[in-house]
Amino acid sequence: MYYIAKRLAFYVLAAFVAITVNFFLPRLTPGDPASTIVATYSTSLNAESLAALKAAYGLTDEPLLQQYVTYLGNVLRGDFGRSLSNFPAPVMAVIGAGFGWSILLGLTSVLLSFVLGSVLGAIAAWRRGGWFDRLTPPVLLFLGSFPYFFLALLLFYVFCFKLGWFPMGNAYSSVNPPALNLQGIGDILMHLIAPAFTIVLVSLGPWTLNMRNAMIGVLSEDYLTLAEAKGLKPRRVLLSHAVRTALLPNITALGAAVGAVFSGQLLTEIVFTYPGLGYALMRAVSAVDYPLMQALFLIITLSVLAANFLVDTLYVLLDPRVRTGGEA
Amino acid sequence: MSLSETFGAKARRQLLGSIPVAVGLVILGALLAVSALAQVLAPYNAKRATGGINEPPSLAHLFGTTGQGQDVLSQFLYGGQNTLWVAFSIAVLTTLLALIVALTAAYFRGWVDDLLTLVTNVFLVIPGLPLVVVLAAFLPPGPLTMIMVLTITGWAFGARLFRSQALSLREREFIAAAEDVGESRWRIVAVELLPNMGSVVAAYFVNQVIFAITAQASLEFLGLGDGGQITWGSMLFWAQNSSALIRGAWWTFVVPGMAIALTAFSLALINNAVDEIGNPRLRADRLLRRAGVSKPSATLMTPVKRDA
Repeated sequence: MYYIAKRLAFYVLAAFVAITVNFFLPRLTPGDPASTIVATYSTSLNAESLAALKAAYGLTDEPLLQQYVTYLGNVLRGDFGRSLSNFPAPVMAVIGAGFGWSILLGLTSVLLSFVLGSVLGAIAAWRRGGWFDRLTPPVLLFLGSFPYFFLALLLFYVFCFKLGWFPMGNAYSSVNPPALNLQGIGDILMHLIAPAFTIVLVSLGPWTLNMRNAMIGVLSEDYLTLAEAKGLKPRRVLLSHAVRTALLPNITALGAAVGAVFSGQLLTEIVFTYPGLGYALMRAVSAVDYPLMQALFLIITLSVLAANFLVDTLYVLLDPRVRTGGEA
Repeated sequence: MSLSETFGAKARRQLLGSIPVAVGLVILGALLAVSALAQVLAPYNAKRATGGINEPPSLAHLFGTTGQGQDVLSQFLYGGQNTLWVAFSIAVLTTLLALIVALTAAYFRGWVDDLLTLVTNVFLVIPGLPLVVVLAAFLPPGPLTMIMVLTITGWAFGARLFRSQALSLREREFIAAAEDVGESRWRIVAVELLPNMGSVVAAYFVNQVIFAITAQASLEFLGLGDGGQITWGSMLFWAQNSSALIRGAWWTFVVPGMAIALTAFSLALINNAVDEIGNPRLRADRLLRRAGVSKPSATLMTPVKRDA
């Protein structure tokens, strides 16, 4: 429990740092973007909206420290001000619409590549030196060398545009999200396959190679010798002794992967115009909608922190050594 | 694994004798060479329209033309120059920053170490690309912003890697011996620790070039780079902007995309091989194969006899 409390304290600190960076960034950068924007919008907005906009930035005459405290209070209450590009919609409403789609795409692809990569890596290590083992690493390295968005562009071109197998963008066919019946879910899946597949394809490499290398390390450990000496069946040795131990580094990486996929996904979402947080961030950047952009950064960061904390907790359950203290 | 082992004659022979490394070096060398010679090799002015719009590859324009009628081959060459120096700068800076943080932590130990580790972990856990996007959106676009932003967000993993390496080296006998002789801590860090981290630093540096080149391309693709500069990333941005794919002008995407992918792939090949030489267990199967053992398996690694 002490370990988990310590991790929780760390994530709270990290969240605090992210929020602080978010507050000071627009105030410290040259040109003062915040006032520039207020000036830009001052002709098109009425007095009330302008006041709301200023309040969102904390652009009051209060001292900086006072503004910072107000800002912290607002963030804690989930009040990120109003979106400029979707004025007067509150930022949180815009984000809420994209959050579910990002989670769906992110979880699907990260879990798929984690499972697939670990299985491939274990097979490669078990049949070491075979054709599969010799062919897999270079192929995966090559696929992994493509920037996410580039592979996404190519697959979009081939499968959505040229062959027309999958729909060109969005997460569903109709204007509004479909009802969750068989047809609606099928529609959502059809829109999910292409973007999820690109993410899995590019991110498969590290999972496989890490699993392979961890397995090779584990295979020569003494306790495997013991397990073999006890006369356990090879399958049993492989699954419950070797794979279980070799999987640990990959499980730690799972937390980081949620973050990495949020980032990689950001670009995939843009290519496939998938209406998640990444697509929203892109639109916020091109519309110079700073409140929305900053809130998106915070929400993505907080989600990543939460995911990492969950993985840390899970890790304690899987690796008894962590429970006795020390860093993972 | 020490520096002399990493870069010694034997290791060099092993490295150069490996096919993946040879392939990697040839691809990387070719890309570096043609980019360096862009001024000589480029057939056209890369920024001016020198042909029709979206012309497919032909003898006049080997890689076709862009949606603005510029020669894609010339853009590829000049773009390589602009892309690669930024990527290598970022790799050098992040590696240096990571080394400074890790070695400072190893030198001072105690609360300095705790503090630096905490800062490193916070940087590690805050997602990179969203932070980079927000940073880049607030700063004026240009190569210096690119270098600054990606250095700030890219050093943390290296610091953690180098610190753990320094910590494990610190437990070795030769460090204890140096301490007993009365060497200063500063000298131990600079003369005993640092040279022995050669292979880890080299591998990290190579990875950082890959990181820098893809992160840079991603940002530029998002329109957060300097659109007036020709880079592989901005070529992709303009291609996307003029809906080149929908118009069938695949060459405007494939050329810069393949350039980025090939650079990253060649570096990954080299890195993987260096890894294998540094890790005897990964090397074992190759040695066994050479010794005539066709299918090494777990049983060969352990002295246990097992019935089939």
